Amino acid sequence: MFELFEHKADIGVRGIGETKEGAFAECAKALFEIMCDTKKVIPSQKTEIIVSSNKLDELLVEFLNELLYLKDTERMLFSKFEIKIKKVGKKFGLEGIAFGEKIDAKRHELKTEAKAASYSQLLVEKNKNGKWTAQCIVDV
Amino acid sequence: MFKKMVEKVKKMGEIKKISEFIYEVPKEGNMRVPGRIYGNENTIAALNDEFQKNPNWNSLQQMENGAGLPGIQKYLFALADVHCGYGLPIGSVFAADPNEGVITFGGIGFDINCGVHSLIVPLKASEVEKKKKEIAEQLFRDVPAGLGSKGNLELGSGELDEVMEKGAEFVVERGCGRREELKFIEENGCVNGADPKNVSEKAKQRALRQIGTLGSGNHYCEIQEIEKIFDEEAAEAFGLEKEGVLVSIHCGSRALGHQIGTDYLSILAEASRKYKINIPDRELVCAPIESEEGQDFFSAVKCGMNAAFANRQAIASLVRRSFAKVFGISEAEVKTLYDVGHNTAKMERHKVNGKMKELLVQRKGSTRGFGPDRGEVPSKYRKVGQPVIVGGTMGTHSFILKGTEKAMEETFGSTIHGAGRAMSRTRALKMWTGSQMVQELEKKGILIKAKSLKGLPEEAPLAYKDVEEVVNIMHKAGISTKVAMVKPMVCVKG
Repeated sequence: MFELFEHKADIGVRGIGETKEGAFAECAKALFEIMCDTKKVIPSQKTEIIVSSNKLDELLVEFLNELLYLKDTERMLFSKFEIKIKKVGKKFGLEGIAFGEKIDAKRHELKTEAKAASYSQLLVEKNKNGKWTAQCIVDV
Repeated sequence: MFKKMVEKVKKMGEIKKISEFIYEVPKEGNMRVPGRIYGNENTIAALNDEFQKNPNWNSLQQMENGAGLPGIQKYLFALADVHCGYGLPIGSVFAADPNEGVITFGGIGFDINCGVHSLIVPLKASEVEKKKKEIAEQLFRDVPAGLGSKGNLELGSGELDEVMEKGAEFVVERGCGRREELKFIEENGCVNGADPKNVSEKAKQRALRQIGTLGSGNHYCEIQEIEKIFDEEAAEAFGLEKEGVLVSIHCGSRALGHQIGTDYLSILAEASRKYKINIPDRELVCAPIESEEGQDFFSAVKCGMNAAFANRQAIASLVRRSFAKVFGISEAEVKTLYDVGHNTAKMERHKVNGKMKELLVQRKGSTRGFGPDRGEVPSKYRKVGQPVIVGGTMGTHSFILKGTEKAMEETFGSTIHGAGRAMSRTRALKMWTGSQMVQELEKKGILIKAKSLKGLPEEAPLAYKDVEEVVNIMHKAGISTKVAMVKPMVCVKG
């Protein structure tokens, strides 16, 4: 599941999942929910995603910002993610596929554009009940 | 955590009142200078409230962190529209010594040179009122806005580099507007030293079709009626008359700036470690101004600044065309009042301890508001001071202020940029619906044209601080004084 949480000027995105991958994927969905109605985005086109980072929480910021980059350059909105996170040496790598379609103002109920995922309120952790949370504030 | 909070609350009680509208956050801990807040009791109450709600992430903490940056001069300033930001509060400004100081991501943010470009339309408000719907629809068609919109300016390979180097002038060369207007843009629409090699390919790719687009969120293009003149002399110099009409364009460098910010967050994080600068917040990462990383970032910021000047100039040109089409006036008759940036870093000369000094002034959600007799202010306005455009919200007034000598002495010639948010976007979305807002504003005579009705409540007037109160603080403090108040007639949004 995902949710948008309160912040005075911008919006927080939070994903919760059974695995860290699940939490990352849900968090990415929250990011697109800021911009459109993700239920209306048919996951018909595939885009490959590869990012890496020194820290697991920073990997989330890298991942979300990569998706924003693809939103502008490929004009894509995404609603489904199949990803794998691996630790390679000291680095964390994320690989996988984002599913979505080209921006369609008529169908996607466009909302506010997200500018960037930030380090503010950045958190990736496993909760006491075994579930993973991935969150940060997005500048809009 | 609890202990830390108790300590903090105690500390907040120590904010000292210096004068009616100036408060001081005393220097302690790692702070190199004290913090200064331009505000009233409400400003301080809002800051304390922010702190209570989130002891780890609030404006007061960010002020304290910022005041610890190397080379900071005099004070870290928070202005009346202050609220929590990334690394530093929105509505803050500081100046750094170029030899000892740093340039920080937090001093500029993700939306590099977001700002306002205002045009004076040679029509009476009553004339515009008669064709209000027509002009609203024309603007809505002509000005690309909202998520995924494309600009009309097609750039060939390498031309984006030219946009970053030349700023607004590039757009004029492409037939958008006239050269004479450039002097009415801060820095004449172009800061020197912007080298596109310091901007990533990713940033360039994101920006290719975005020059001449408004974006979304709090960005807008608004037709405004000049409702009240406070300062006849300045109004005359600025060319403002009661019942006259302005069009204000609020937007920035779009994804180019966002990506520059994103890219340099990691570069500066590395630099902070390399130069052993203690950074208490990941978005306050910085590099010494003189270092290679610092110079690269400064140059990239300049690229973003120039792209924003170009963007607003391109939109201004679209607005001129829309007015020419609907009202049969010539495009050249629509004059530029001024164009100000909000998220900038610039080398400027200011007085410190009685001596003029070159400083890197970093304004985050703050406007340059230079007083009279500064060479940077266009000669037409130089006797009265620089126009400062303070944007309100869709349902409230905006203000034209002028910079003062006092601002030069106290705040490095800086002032507020807008009303400042008071309520979160998520809460605003729960309180209102888009169509409800459009109807309510229509009753007040304000026509809203928005690409996204769903996102509209995020920008509801009540989600912001009272702009009049914020403006009055700066007016009474003598930092930037009121020249005119304008009322929205039409607001086009993404």
